[in-house]
Amino acid sequence: MTSRLRKFKEAAFGYGFLLPSLAGFSVFLFYPFLKSFYLSLHSMNPRGQIVEFVGFDNFIDILTSDHFYQSLKTTFFFALLTIPACIFIAVCLALLTYKKNKINLIFQLIFASTIAVPIGNASVIWKLLFHPTAGMFNYFLSLFGISPVGWLTNPAYALLSVSMMTVWISIGFTYLLLLSGIKGIPEDLYESAKIDGAGSFSIVRRITLPLLSPVLFFISVISVISALQSFSQINILTEGGPVNSTNVVVYDLYQEAFVNYRFGTGSAQAIILFLIILLFTIIQFRLSERKVHYS
Amino acid sequence: MSKIQRTAVLIILILASAAIIYPIFYAFASAMMTSAEIDSYPPHIFPSGFNLDNYKSVFAVVPVAQFLLNSFVVAIAITVGHLITASFAAYAFAFIRFPLKSFFFALFLATIMIPWEVTMIPNFLTIRSWGWTDSYWGLILPFLATGFGTFLFRQFFMQLPKDIFEAAKMDGMGHFGIFLRIALPLTRSASVTLAVYSFIGAWNMYLWPLLITNEESMRTVQIGVTMLQFEDFTSWNLVLAGLALMMLPPLLLLVLGLKQLVGNLTMGALKG
Repeated sequence: MTSRLRKFKEAAFGYGFLLPSLAGFSVFLFYPFLKSFYLSLHSMNPRGQIVEFVGFDNFIDILTSDHFYQSLKTTFFFALLTIPACIFIAVCLALLTYKKNKINLIFQLIFASTIAVPIGNASVIWKLLFHPTAGMFNYFLSLFGISPVGWLTNPAYALLSVSMMTVWISIGFTYLLLLSGIKGIPEDLYESAKIDGAGSFSIVRRITLPLLSPVLFFISVISVISALQSFSQINILTEGGPVNSTNVVVYDLYQEAFVNYRFGTGSAQAIILFLIILLFTIIQFRLSERKVHYS
Repeated sequence: MSKIQRTAVLIILILASAAIIYPIFYAFASAMMTSAEIDSYPPHIFPSGFNLDNYKSVFAVVPVAQFLLNSFVVAIAITVGHLITASFAAYAFAFIRFPLKSFFFALFLATIMIPWEVTMIPNFLTIRSWGWTDSYWGLILPFLATGFGTFLFRQFFMQLPKDIFEAAKMDGMGHFGIFLRIALPLTRSASVTLAVYSFIGAWNMYLWPLLITNEESMRTVQIGVTMLQFEDFTSWNLVLAGLALMMLPPLLLLVLGLKQLVGNLTMGALKG
């Protein structure tokens, strides 16, 4: 075989092996991604057919409405209520339970368990727990003499309640990632630190956390992305209410496109969401350049 | 750590465990309560006995068996799809030389950056125009490729010793042979990690099935769950029995696959 033929055959194998993935991505990711830009510049009828080209009108409509900024504010607030709390709890739990022994194995299973609880199931369970008269949360409060709280019905508490549930369900995945990350740190680093007389806290501060920074960075990036995309728990727990207090961007987008059948403005909203997520990801990458240690 | 510190840590961990496990425990415990127990005040924390009647009744009230079947079909198909597409692509990135490789690698990376809400409206219109709403095709096909899975497999492949491949090539093995008989069998833990991860993810899908299924016979468990909740004639113990059934498969999978997930999960995520 000539070397050119061999190279050609090699390349054919390469593309052949990529083909299944590329086909999937092309039809259901790249094409619709570009199509979204196209649709966002058009007005569409409820059957999903293009009516006319409207330029940036859809974007102007969205960006000049108070409603949009309200849902954006709610989304950011939701991200602030959920991400720091979730990461803080997961880091503490991971640091306290990463060592190999029988009792930690049980703790690990429990702390990771919420990764396996489907968000639809979790939302319905929490909805029952939050129930104003028959829910367990208000019952537990009553044991301490605290009067019932309108967890999901009071606009002042609804977003906080949804956030509590979200922190709970996110802990499993965050904890598992951290645990994986800690296991990747070589044992001898701890040993030498101990020989140098470092205490538990200073080992955590000087060795574990810096070496975990790539994992922590990854977690913070995907946490922001997934917080900005939250939908299921909102749809089941509050449907955006009461008085719009939990109307996050994706819920609003879902309403616009699949309840009001305005696919054009829906697409424009999706593009804006994409740009916001991209912006946050870029900012996080920039910030991390100085702070993340790759070994 | 001193003895006092160790006890304090243990107490904190036990309290945290109780808080985290409580909603799951609540579902399974209430599912075993009778209607009288669940409606009583003050509420019961534990069921009075091991009572499986609610599980029987819930099958009669809503088509749970159909929901479970649909979810199993969809989740298994997506999991198998991920394993195939990701392992092939990862092998190409790890071992095959072809033009524009770094471009395609960047393209795979970019897939992780696109939130799927952006593709949701066109995908919905596509599936509808193909007449695939209320079908397994519509639920499965859009999700067969995975960037995360590809990076996970690639990372495992890169760690395999190079001389095995040289030897296999000397023996006249082609890429297909090496892939099927050497690379895949040696990276079984990558397959298990991705399988657990993909199955749980597919089982948990909510928004997409909500959009493209209308007929009861095509609903997956996650959508069925909300149906349970809105049926006024069902009491809470029935709702929770349904929920318990629906979350059992992913929970069991986690118990079996936890060891694989710990340690392997960060590979696809970080070192890709």
